[in-house]
Amino acid sequence: MKHKQEAGIAGGLVAVGLAVGTAAFGIFLGRRHSGGNDDAPQFARRSNQAEHALVGRSVTIRKPAAELYEYWRDFCNLPEFMENVEKIAKQGGPTGGAVWKVKAPGGGTIALKTEIAEEVENKRIAWRSVEGSDIEIMGEVRFSPAPGDRGTRVSLRIEYDAPGGAVGRSIAKAFLREPEVQARHDLKRFKMLMETGEIATSAHRRSETREAKQQENA
Amino acid sequence: MRALTWHGTHDVRVDNVPDPQVINPRDAILKITSTAICGSDLHLYDGAIPGALPGDVLGHEFMGEVVETGKGSTLKKGQRVVVPFTISCGGCFHCKIQQYSACENSNPAEKQDMSATLYGHPMAALFGYSHLTGGYSGGQAEYVRVPFSDVGPIVIPDHLEDDQVLFLSDILPTGWMGAENAEIQPDDTVAVWGCGPVGLFAVQSALVMGASKVIAIDHYPHRLELAKQLGAEVINFKTTNVREALMEMSGGIGVDAVIDAVGMESHGFAVDNMIDMVKQKVGMGADRASALKQAILAVRPGGRVSIPGVYGGMTDKFPLGALMEKGLKVNSGQTHVQKYTQPLLEKIEDGTLDTTFLISHRLPLEDAARGYKNFREQQNSWTKVILKPGMEKEGAG
Repeated sequence: MKHKQEAGIAGGLVAVGLAVGTAAFGIFLGRRHSGGNDDAPQFARRSNQAEHALVGRSVTIRKPAAELYEYWRDFCNLPEFMENVEKIAKQGGPTGGAVWKVKAPGGGTIALKTEIAEEVENKRIAWRSVEGSDIEIMGEVRFSPAPGDRGTRVSLRIEYDAPGGAVGRSIAKAFLREPEVQARHDLKRFKMLMETGEIATSAHRRSETREAKQQENA
Repeated sequence: MRALTWHGTHDVRVDNVPDPQVINPRDAILKITSTAICGSDLHLYDGAIPGALPGDVLGHEFMGEVVETGKGSTLKKGQRVVVPFTISCGGCFHCKIQQYSACENSNPAEKQDMSATLYGHPMAALFGYSHLTGGYSGGQAEYVRVPFSDVGPIVIPDHLEDDQVLFLSDILPTGWMGAENAEIQPDDTVAVWGCGPVGLFAVQSALVMGASKVIAIDHYPHRLELAKQLGAEVINFKTTNVREALMEMSGGIGVDAVIDAVGMESHGFAVDNMIDMVKQKVGMGADRASALKQAILAVRPGGRVSIPGVYGGMTDKFPLGALMEKGLKVNSGQTHVQKYTQPLLEKIEDGTLDTTFLISHRLPLEDAARGYKNFREQQNSWTKVILKPGMEKEGAG
């Protein structure tokens, strides 16, 4: 309804100036893509209607879903390919509590406290932040058959927010180091690790590798 | 160790750099015995490829002796190997269908964004060829780190000399794939633009594949002479109208297939190429594609266009209408080297292919900068330069 009103008002003012016209066109575009009348995942839309910032990405990995699920399910493995996650400590308990030590700009770290929200064997693992977490976050990884028997499609989706609305969100974004880029790179590294047993690096010497840098920061 | 490093346009130097180490399990370290300067190294030398950083070690045509292996490598110390310039994991979708230059796993994750933005998809990493293709150190050095050493390197029998097999790393498979992409039929006339090493190997390959006539186009007399010795007819584009000549030499039909072995820095004196040359100089980035444009106009309707020549970005005034109206088929790509090394090694062994005819100069690694300069400026006589890390520098001793 809100969009409709704005569009109506903007429509009436088009003659006044180009700027207003552009805004109306923006809204028109926004409405066109908010409906989701296609089969693409929500995070692929030009403007998502989620309440929180949302990032996501899919890759295809030539391995059975069970193998990938098994690896991901042990959260202690995730720092192997998640560049900004230094360590994940499992807290035990029925809800799968875990504390993520995440690199922050300037050399410090922040703590994400999460629990498993849902898991469906070989298909889906979802986690969410709990009380006391520095950032509010919901994450989900889905494993589904890739088209044409090419392995498993792995989709990572992360919704995050921080107290304080837009300002908080920009802080969260800074702390998570461009989450969209991060998610994309992390998934690529997961694929490398699963398909080749190692993560590609053009480092010339061991001291230049990501692991070495991480150890220095720790 | 000593290595040839890039410092900017027309500025390469042999410097001291740290020795490489085994980092990942499937790595191996080679002691380089022979490495070559490639025509595509000149694109870096000329500053035409984005993403090179000062200090980068260049070189993607090399071979050597295995001196160290990771625990996942299948190589053994002491083996002599030639290494494909494309780094490929062997396990992803593209590697499994032998499209090795589209390997999804060799280009480090944080370096894939640039090519993904430019081309829509990230491409395989290449040795010593800017950070667009992974930023891996190249082989114009005493030692090199070879990732996925269980997939790429091919072990060379002792009775074959370095000079006979070195070009399995790039230009021989590239010329061969260029000819294969021309989909040559027995009665075909094939025209090849560019008689640099790739063009010459494409000429040789096209004849081996059974083309009835191959026409080679260049403007350097010595290079045209080499093409002639392989069995091609030649056209000097400096003195002859190429399109008219090709129509005449193919009996008015037009050639069946064309191979652009020139790429993005084509010479040529047409107005549009001059404009493209100026644009490239002032950083407006358009690839000069005059050879390709000419090839598209020259090929007969329903013919094939093969592009082994390197392009990196966009081009202007592309004859799209000719492509569509004539119903042309285009095949292209960085070479899927790993697919060709074994069959081409066999063709070298049985004498079907000779690779040594185009070598004009052998220099010590220390003289690499001179090699670049002359390979670029004296293209008529400097057809192919091989660098030998172990060789004594001239006048040094």
